[in-house]
Amino acid sequence: MPNILDIRRRIRSVINTRQITKAMKMVSAAKLRRAQDRALAARPYAQMLTNVLKSLVARAEIYDSESGKPKHPLLAQREEKNILLIVVTGDKGLAGAFNANIIKAAARFVESKSGKNIDIEAVGRKGRDFLRRRYPAAPVQTRCLAEAEELVEQAEHAIGERAGNLQITGEHIGILGSVGFAQARALAENVSERYKREEIDAVYVVFNEFKSVIAQRLIVEQILPIEQIGEQAVRLAEEMTEEEKKRAKDAAISAGVGLRRERPGDEAAAQFGTAQVDYIYEQPPEELFRSLLPKYVSIQIFRALLESVAAEHAARMTAMDSATSNATDMIDSLTLVMNRARQAKITKEIIEIVSGAAAM
Amino acid sequence: MADWLTADFMAETFQLEVVTPEKKVVNAPVEEVQIPGKNGYLGILPGHAPLITELSVGEISYRENATERHLAVAWGFAEVLPEKVTVLAETAERPSEIDVERAHKAKARAEQLLTSGDIEVDVERALDALHRAETRLEVAQKSQ
Repeated sequence: MPNILDIRRRIRSVINTRQITKAMKMVSAAKLRRAQDRALAARPYAQMLTNVLKSLVARAEIYDSESGKPKHPLLAQREEKNILLIVVTGDKGLAGAFNANIIKAAARFVESKSGKNIDIEAVGRKGRDFLRRRYPAAPVQTRCLAEAEELVEQAEHAIGERAGNLQITGEHIGILGSVGFAQARALAENVSERYKREEIDAVYVVFNEFKSVIAQRLIVEQILPIEQIGEQAVRLAEEMTEEEKKRAKDAAISAGVGLRRERPGDEAAAQFGTAQVDYIYEQPPEELFRSLLPKYVSIQIFRALLESVAAEHAARMTAMDSATSNATDMIDSLTLVMNRARQAKITKEIIEIVSGAAAM
Repeated sequence: MADWLTADFMAETFQLEVVTPEKKVVNAPVEEVQIPGKNGYLGILPGHAPLITELSVGEISYRENATERHLAVAWGFAEVLPEKVTVLAETAERPSEIDVERAHKAKARAEQLLTSGDIEVDVERALDALHRAETRLEVAQKSQ
């Protein structure tokens, strides 16, 4: 027979756990709201930049008139021999299958490109820890560059020297807590530079896309070469299952997070640079295009980071919501067991007294 | 600045929008704006001809309700329409948001790199950094 005291102790411990998971759920909900706002705040800029680039494509001579090849190195298509993959995971765990799913998707992508050299840039501690166990780090020489904001240590890779078919060329840990555009830009400039030097022939990013709590998917998106401005080049996508959607929805409702978000300012942004007038171009369109295109790469990566952060908080909120309800279920069943045990004990005592009295 | 602006023009305003990847910094009707175009500063009044330009590192100053305001920008892009000016900037900081100490440090670092005589130094980048730091310091001195 289970000991009543032990059960009572267990109930108390589960109640404590439930309190923690509940608090974590509310914290994640608050962080999710903030992350959503930041992702929304980045949209007008991205939209405007895309519009301008699109209108410039029509005006500037992007392609060489003789060979038909693009003039800008970031548009150049090459045979894929060396690929760069940016894996965006979270810095922390306790978010359900969030990190595991991204790592799985990354592994699947790597398999689909077998036989090619793949460089990996790991964003987020969880992904880094996993990838580090599996793949070797690239041989690097570090060099300091004069950067105004911070002294950025940039790794320079010895060309031709590889640690293996798969190697990790960069780790970005602890930037997800407060993702700024500067970090995204640093990463974008790094990969663009390597693309221009033809060290890599394509850049992909695997991350959890976040439109809203119930509209998320795990995607592999091609960043470079830029195929069509304003179009997402999704290579692999994994939608949420109905069950996941339902759980996320329940968690969001109980935590008070809105499922749909207004998009303030998007309309104005959509009109940017598209007015039907003859603009005076202070610089030739080609020149503008050249300086705007790298920004496009930065904003794409920035978006991936922001959405991944929002998705991580959403995943943690959902995981903590189920943990809380599991704890409640456990408390209920333990209470039942405890009451039964108590009754059994009382019954047993009565029987003992009665049979003792009968024997006399 | 712009003392020549006559009284009957004063009533006229246009919308100024300054957008960075992180937020919308300004969205207000203004009377006048100066932007650091790549080929030199541009002063814009209501009814300006449509224009597209790249911005360099510098200072945006605008007048809202007859008060001068300033922003430090590092690289940007602007679209000018008769009734609206939109600026896309990578960073745009108000004087109160500028980290003066950091700007001082950045300036010292860039100067040290430039005078070190080391051939490894990326001069263009260091000059750029110096320019950015100087602009920040300049703008930070102006009150909001």
